[in-house]
Amino acid sequence: MAIFSVYVVNKAGGLIYQYDNYVPRAEAEKTFSYPLDLVLKIHDEKVVVSFGQRDGIRVGHAVLSINGVDVIGKNTADGKDIIEYLKDASNYPVSIRFGRARLSSNEKLMLASMFHSLFAIGSQLSPEVGSSGIEMLETDVFKLHCYQTLTGIKFIVLADPRQSGIDALLRKIYEIYSDFALKNPFYSLEMPIRCELFDQNLKSALEIAEKAGNFGAGS
Amino acid sequence: MTVHNLYIFDRNGTCLYYNEWNRKKQAGISKEEEFKLMYGMLFSIRSFVSKMSPLDMKDGFLSFQTSRYRLHYYETPTGLKFVLNTDLSVGSARDTLQHIYSNLYVELLVKNPVCVLGQSLESELFSSRLDAFIRGLPYYSPRAA
Repeated sequence: MAIFSVYVVNKAGGLIYQYDNYVPRAEAEKTFSYPLDLVLKIHDEKVVVSFGQRDGIRVGHAVLSINGVDVIGKNTADGKDIIEYLKDASNYPVSIRFGRARLSSNEKLMLASMFHSLFAIGSQLSPEVGSSGIEMLETDVFKLHCYQTLTGIKFIVLADPRQSGIDALLRKIYEIYSDFALKNPFYSLEMPIRCELFDQNLKSALEIAEKAGNFGAGS
Repeated sequence: MTVHNLYIFDRNGTCLYYNEWNRKKQAGISKEEEFKLMYGMLFSIRSFVSKMSPLDMKDGFLSFQTSRYRLHYYETPTGLKFVLNTDLSVGSARDTLQHIYSNLYVELLVKNPVCVLGQSLESELFSSRLDAFIRGLPYYSPRAA
């Protein structure tokens, strides 16, 4: 059981805080000889597998490193195009590490505002009167829990589907936000949260929630 | 315990079938617009979820809930989408949606030579069987709603 990440979205849909607590490793490294038996393509400035799923390398996985050196977007560390590099027989044998592409901060911003709109549509399409927006979204590998405060700030936690006590954690995060961001005289509303005490307390709250699953009565 | 409504979309976003049982509130827009909005939301949720996911997914998006209702989602490998809105007391409606697909949609529409797939479904047999099936569900009880 685990808590994957925490997002805080302001009332306009802007991401003001993001923290990755636990990133599961879904990576596979393999040494290839020429010619490469995988079909790669460029998608969103990354080189991803489009055909030839095997040995833990799945369609949609991105090239993370070549010969142990991390790649930068669609180029190798020394600026060569990955697709061109892998076409050249003289570069083989080559060891490539594949895995799920990690989100860039731009993508995180985009996803946060995307959720903001989905939240609103969820309440508009409600068949019942007086519905809130999306409070919990379930998939087979994670659950997304969202708590919107009266002032419109959304706290979003991504966790393992079996993790319990997330509702208490969301309220605890709100409490931490009120205590350490709002009461900080240098914090301006609606702006990204850069407060050390907020970070520290959030981390310890996540730790407690992962271990115990709740904060006991009254907190 | 109750069932609110059911949408069936094809892979192109056309709403093939819609019916409602205990729906208290309309979206305030025409049905056409509502179908587009619903399909658009599901489409975005699918891409949102596949980007957000920390691991590779198998079934992907299953359901979401708000303070008043829960939306259950089931997608077949051919891209057909079944969406069922119920109240919060219904845990998982995956089996129900799978049943609608394999025992009603496939049996009564795919195997029916006069049904044109990819258009709004007009089969009376399908509608009546589906209605009877939904009304017979253990969690269908309009009075408790």
